[in-house]
Amino acid sequence: MRNKLGKTLTYLVLIAVTVVVLFPLFFILLNSFKGKFFISKQPFDLPVGNLFVGLENYTNGLLKTGLLQAAGWSFFITVVSAGLLILFTSMTAYYLTRVKTAWTNALYFLFVFSMVVPFQMVMFTMVDLAGKLHLRNPLGMCILYLGFGAGLCVFMFAGFVKSIPMEIEEAAMIDGCNPLQNFARVVFPVLRPTAVTVAILQVMWIWNDYLLPYLVIGVSTPYKTIPVVIQMLVGTNGNKDMGALMAMLVLSILPIIIFYMACQKYIIEGVVAGAVKG
Amino acid sequence: MEKTLKKYFPVFVLPTLIAFSFSFLIPFIQGVYLSFCNFTTVGNAKWVGLSNYKLAFSAGEGFGRAFLFTAAFTLVAVVTINVLAFLVALLLTRKLRGTNFFRTVFFMPNLIGGIVLGYTWQQMINAVLHQHGVTIVSDPTYGFIGLVLLMNWQMVGYMMIIYIAGLQNVPGELIEAAQIDGATAMQTLFRVKIPMVMPSITICIFLTLSNSFKLFDQNLALTAGAPMKKTQMLALNIYDTFYGKNGYQGVGQAKAVVFFVIVAAIVVAQLLVTRRKEVEQ
Repeated sequence: MRNKLGKTLTYLVLIAVTVVVLFPLFFILLNSFKGKFFISKQPFDLPVGNLFVGLENYTNGLLKTGLLQAAGWSFFITVVSAGLLILFTSMTAYYLTRVKTAWTNALYFLFVFSMVVPFQMVMFTMVDLAGKLHLRNPLGMCILYLGFGAGLCVFMFAGFVKSIPMEIEEAAMIDGCNPLQNFARVVFPVLRPTAVTVAILQVMWIWNDYLLPYLVIGVSTPYKTIPVVIQMLVGTNGNKDMGALMAMLVLSILPIIIFYMACQKYIIEGVVAGAVKG
Repeated sequence: MEKTLKKYFPVFVLPTLIAFSFSFLIPFIQGVYLSFCNFTTVGNAKWVGLSNYKLAFSAGEGFGRAFLFTAAFTLVAVVTINVLAFLVALLLTRKLRGTNFFRTVFFMPNLIGGIVLGYTWQQMINAVLHQHGVTIVSDPTYGFIGLVLLMNWQMVGYMMIIYIAGLQNVPGELIEAAQIDGATAMQTLFRVKIPMVMPSITICIFLTLSNSFKLFDQNLALTAGAPMKKTQMLALNIYDTFYGKNGYQGVGQAKAVVFFVIVAAIVVAQLLVTRRKEVEQ
């Protein structure tokens, strides 16, 4: 009897938490279908009757912000940066773990050190340097992300490389593999679970990052990313179109939820692994 | 083997190292140097010694106020997030059906970025406050509470996952033994479970601590420091000094160095705590 009561109570609490977690999402979803003048007056009413405006907010918002184009650039920058990070930092981590000199030790220390430094410390000088090197464009962004992500990625890969037994690599070398072939055919396949973890952490960070693309690419180019566009929509015009804002928030969250549903197991595992190591 | 690998330095290390120099190494060194200079661009720097640091701490700069706000917010956020996350984790380790569903839903907010999240909450909080004729920027207290709510919404699910992993690793025999010895549920919790998950608690406290302390996007989106910069956190204050006040770039850079030193101190503290724990085990 007591057990049953406890069970029911537990479920009640869990359902209450579920409501709290989902409420903000339903709030913007419902309001995205309401006329913009009703949002502030009747924010918690359902979008029915004369409140309902169909997809008007969506079409308005898309025209005003160019969110679809931003989604394209967000996607491009995220995928290319994460790809570069996986490829190059796994190689670097492998090299730094296998070649033991004072230089490689110092370099490894620098990578780990960079994880501690807050972005504000380098933001001004980095943007200046990026300008001189002509990196203030989408491809340049990817190179900058390779540099910013290198610390955590090298650290995570290096932790795993240490646990790979040397014997299998030695066997490959005796069979005539050069270090590159050895890395591609023997080491990297073993690193794959770590690569998935690293990829998920980097994708989440780059997709959601606001300050770096805002400072490097800015608002007056066609290469804006989603967070930059959302910030512009609210930040620039005093007379906000709240309907459009709601619709654009919904559209920004949608791809994340789809991505999450598609690979939630990897995401949760990856984030936990990253947290424990970082 | 090491010798052949060494020849491949340009392939294995150079691409990462070049990108790393562009984004971090060179800007970091320039940044430290420029904190002692007066400048508006990197090219026109003039050495001024410690005057930027003195200015950074002067009353008009709001750096001290931003520090207090950040510290207070961090304290409240760390405590509430970890207590809530631990309680939810306890509920979800009772081997009930549907645990996986709840876990998946609770974790989801963590994936949404700070800007999008900040505006979602701003709209919702304003919708409530509107009924009383005010908005989130009418009173700094609203901004503070809003930030705490938002941060909890985003991070409780994340910390919960780490606590669940910790709780699942507590050996079942240990809990059974306690129960046979007549321990109440409370005693089992405080004398067995919590001591056994101390490593998870350490990780979670430091994760929430550094995330809250360095918060920027959420702060910018929710209130942008309004009213009167009273809800401005450290990261936003530094940003504001760099880009909001011409001629104050040196002061901004000096503030950034101070910010970096505080963050580094937190990390060192974490390392010390973790290492001491490892020795004990």
